[in-house]
Amino acid sequence: MPQLTSTRTLPWYAIPWVVDGWRQVKRYPLLSLAILVFVLVIPAVFAPWVAPHDPYFGSLSNRLTPPIWQDGGTMEHILGTDKLGRDMLSRIIYGARVSLTVSLIAIFVGGIIGTVLGLMSGYFGGKLDAVIMRLVDISLSIPTILLALVLVAAVGPSFGTVITVLIVLLWARYARLTRGETLAMKERDFIARARVAGASHTRIMVRYLFPNVVNSLIVLATLQVGYVILLESTLSFLGAGLPRAEPAWGVMVADGRELIVTAWWVSMFPGIAIMLTVLSLNLLGDWLRDHLDPKLRNL
Amino acid sequence: MQRFIAVRVLQSLLAILVMSVIVFGLARISGNPLDVMLPIEALPEDYERLTQYWGLDRPYHEQYVTFVTKAAQGDFGQSLKYQGKSAMGLVVERLPATLELAGFALLISAILAVPIGVLAAVAKDSGWDAAAKVVALLGQSLPVFWLGIMLMWIFAVWLDWLPSSGRGGLKHLILPAITLGWFQVAAIMRLVRSSMLEVLDSEFVKLARVKGIPEWKVVWKHCLRNAGIAPLTFFAIIAGVLLTGTVVTETVFTWPGLGLLVVDAVRSRDFQVVQAVVIIFAFIFILCNLLVDVLYAYLDPRIRY
Repeated sequence: MPQLTSTRTLPWYAIPWVVDGWRQVKRYPLLSLAILVFVLVIPAVFAPWVAPHDPYFGSLSNRLTPPIWQDGGTMEHILGTDKLGRDMLSRIIYGARVSLTVSLIAIFVGGIIGTVLGLMSGYFGGKLDAVIMRLVDISLSIPTILLALVLVAAVGPSFGTVITVLIVLLWARYARLTRGETLAMKERDFIARARVAGASHTRIMVRYLFPNVVNSLIVLATLQVGYVILLESTLSFLGAGLPRAEPAWGVMVADGRELIVTAWWVSMFPGIAIMLTVLSLNLLGDWLRDHLDPKLRNL
Repeated sequence: MQRFIAVRVLQSLLAILVMSVIVFGLARISGNPLDVMLPIEALPEDYERLTQYWGLDRPYHEQYVTFVTKAAQGDFGQSLKYQGKSAMGLVVERLPATLELAGFALLISAILAVPIGVLAAVAKDSGWDAAAKVVALLGQSLPVFWLGIMLMWIFAVWLDWLPSSGRGGLKHLILPAITLGWFQVAAIMRLVRSSMLEVLDSEFVKLARVKGIPEWKVVWKHCLRNAGIAPLTFFAIIAGVLLTGTVVTETVFTWPGLGLLVVDAVRSRDFQVVQAVVIIFAFIFILCNLLVDVLYAYLDPRIRY
């Protein structure tokens, strides 16, 4: 840390542990990984075993129990209960499952669609390329939330609706990225040789081009998980995402909105879960990008 | 230049057209558009009236032409929830509130982001810079709706300094505007920082220093003026993002603007209002994007289509 040992006197804001801690977090993603494992992965995978209560049902006599450290809190409900008496902790744990499932499916399907279209666009070029790239432009210029609102107004909120909206929004970035890399790659010698050796177009795309873009795709996907979780919870908050009864984090924050005067914990805790998850995913994504694919800096 | 603008304008028109096709198609996705357009408690007269109005007994391509022609004239039908008001009338009525909120949020985020970004660039790699990075990262990770509720809890419920919801004077504006602008602060700040870094390194800055101009003047006058171009064009994008961001913020603070209107309309299945707001929003959003690209191409002649 040269600037910390410089002759300049330190201003009040240059607190060494902030600078230092920040560097550590940047260098090793261990902290973010740990947070992710405890807030997202373990709860999501083991929800039925970890959760102390049923996330869908509660007893009305226990409703709006405050968290354990407040007056009236009980061991039974560590983070308190919501207005239907459902255990907050259990709902947050199941919420991790909802967030993870929705975002993984959406990114996986959107990623595949985008990659295939991007490969074809870059490899074949011409009219196909023009059409696909115009579609990408259009899809990137449509405002996200509005699309979701129309879709929900038409077909109602459900898992399928949210995932469809997310896929429609996500594929374009993968297509653009894959196309760019493919364009740079396809003039290289090894592609020409494969062609001469009699490899089909499909084989060239799958065996020779795809493995060369897969790193960038992984980075993009990691960077997007956080964004997608944020988006899903926003849509759920607006009532344009998952149905009202589901234990989704966004829905829970929305439930707490009217209760903010009497029961702050209902909206506070799910929000913290979202924040921790997205924050650590972003850090992890940054780290992966720097290590796997530094040229994606401006993604 | 002209070619670039022409292509971008065409592309924007296409995007708006696609949006209209999406809205049109989604209304008909379940087979009978009346199921989508009308709430369950609608009267038989409503069914009759809507069929007449949108020509729903005609083939799809004719329906689409009817829809687009009416939409182009600003006619999106009647609201079912607010009896006797047209969807477009509601939009016009609510638009000022949304513009007020978005404008104020833009102002706040600029006032916060520009100084932080400049300081982060000047004191590169210091604690200040690191702190700015943390703020930027938080900006990207905090759910906006949650931030709004927490601000409301702290400043309205707990401290009782500011009103929690509704529209009124300046006091009503503060919390929603901070909530809405928060996400943008991070974006503008990073942009200001990176373009400041570039300028700080240039020859004319060194010359200014050599001439003995005080450092604050070098940074805040000479550098900022030159570093401001990139963020300035970015403001148009932000304007677009802010406008759609109002949907969330207005829902949190029950701010009576377009965003709240469209969310309410979705909940009460008032589809004609939904389609009006969505098309208008999309129009503004796409227009903002177009404006940025044209402005950018004008300022930076290297950009060519």
